[in-house]
Amino acid sequence: MEDLRELYQATILGHNKKPRNFRVIEHASHEADGHNPLCGDELTLYAQVAEDGTLEDVAFQGSGCAISKASASIMTDHIKGKSLAEVDDDFARFHELVTAPPGEEAKTDGLGKLAVFAGVREYPMRVKCATLAWHALKAALEGEGSAKTE
Amino acid sequence: MSFDVTKVRSEFPILETEMRGRPLTYLDSGASAQKPRAVIDAMAAFYSQHYANIHRGVYQLSAEATASYEAVRGKVARFVGAREEREIVFVRNATEAINLVARTWGEENVVEGDEIVLTWMEHHANIVPWQMLAKRRGATIRVAEIDDDGVLDLAHLESLLGPRTKLLAFAHVSNALGTINPVAELVALAKERGIVTLVDGAQAVPHQPVDVDALGADFYAFSGHKVFGPSGAGVLHGRMPLLDAMPPFMGGGDMIESVSFEGTTFAPVPQKFEAGTPDIASVIGFGAAVDYLDGIGMDAIAAYEHELLQYATERLETVPGLRIIGRAKEKAAVISFVLEDAHPHDIGTCLDGEGVAVRAGHHCAQPLMQRMGVPATARASLAFYNTRDDVDRLVEALVKTAELFS
Repeated sequence: MEDLRELYQATILGHNKKPRNFRVIEHASHEADGHNPLCGDELTLYAQVAEDGTLEDVAFQGSGCAISKASASIMTDHIKGKSLAEVDDDFARFHELVTAPPGEEAKTDGLGKLAVFAGVREYPMRVKCATLAWHALKAALEGEGSAKTE
Repeated sequence: MSFDVTKVRSEFPILETEMRGRPLTYLDSGASAQKPRAVIDAMAAFYSQHYANIHRGVYQLSAEATASYEAVRGKVARFVGAREEREIVFVRNATEAINLVARTWGEENVVEGDEIVLTWMEHHANIVPWQMLAKRRGATIRVAEIDDDGVLDLAHLESLLGPRTKLLAFAHVSNALGTINPVAELVALAKERGIVTLVDGAQAVPHQPVDVDALGADFYAFSGHKVFGPSGAGVLHGRMPLLDAMPPFMGGGDMIESVSFEGTTFAPVPQKFEAGTPDIASVIGFGAAVDYLDGIGMDAIAAYEHELLQYATERLETVPGLRIIGRAKEKAAVISFVLEDAHPHDIGTCLDGEGVAVRAGHHCAQPLMQRMGVPATARASLAFYNTRDDVDRLVEALVKTAELFS
């Protein structure tokens, strides 16, 4: 179980229990459902994009495993107030972090709290959980309505 | 005959390996069972000394391969109590067996307005082919209720059997809950009304003696890979009058009598349903699995697993916050459960970290998960190579998991 502390860091367990921004944004400018059919994770991602193109507010609701829930929670905290270009860049870096070959040193520059997901690279089956909220966010911003990871 | 689990374990090479640096505790036999050395050796010997295509060559090697392949049909027929060898059709797996029936018998017999009765506890393999058929033919699917313990509501099921019911299809054993359904009783209800029956036996054949003739269903489907054989060989058992009347499934070589551009005549049952080169080596391996199981005896296996299931159930109930999903009295060695604070997917990962392999998810039974009010479960499915030690390791890992998430 000690090895698992790498994956299930205290921060992740905390966000799983008490997710931030776990609410609905009424009349959000963008929203999309995310679904991971493999384990049944389901969430709805809400984003309010301001006129200047920054993410004024981001929130989510749904049910899922600790990894998907904590990832959504930490993501919403991390990207709030950023420009869409910055968010794109964050997603790319986050994706690289969780899909890097196991055993390789994690590149966590600029990822802030998102770095706690470095342990996911040792568990390829869980990458879809960690990226679900991000895929839903992308679908919401691109007006696609839903995203699926499987 | 006494059952010696230590000897059994020594015959499954993979059980000596490790997962994440710990001895492998394999509790996912419901997804696919591990293979005894006898199966692995039979396939290797077949490929290295006896391989040729079947039903074709005039040379000795092909004749021998054909004889070996067809001998497995006889073994399987005896193993599951078929009346004759021809009733055994080789397919890839139970899914293909069910699709075969839907695509052949279904297309010929189900018409607009007809009804197909299923149950809430079906695996997707026994739902989706019928939905596809119903859509093509304009038929309706009706679903028999189950109670909160995961037991079929027989009265409700009976109430669904009406003049338009063409087929009753149900699992012998639920893959997600372990519930054993009263097959003979259900078949009798259908027969009284002239309704055809199909039983998904994928989770029954590995755990208990099965006598398809005594059960009486028109079709009985199962997979070889869950019966300790290789992946790629499965079985459709059908009663001869139905198989005879059915059109072929796929067209091609091996399923014909003669072909011309004016028309083709088909081979008799079962070749009519076995187009193209089959997975010959897997069928050979499956034959070795049947021999192996015969040597131990399915009665002895069922008795051992029943005792192990009781032990596992008692032990799991001591884990804080654990709830068993599926509490039928008649149950095979499958235990689905949830933990209060940990999602099944997290349970799966935590157990993986301890070398314990379980399945986590919806178990290809999404309607059932919905009915039981859970998004998913973790499932430990036992086989006769599992021990009380395996159960203890599972329980220990679950206690740690519950602590981590508390």
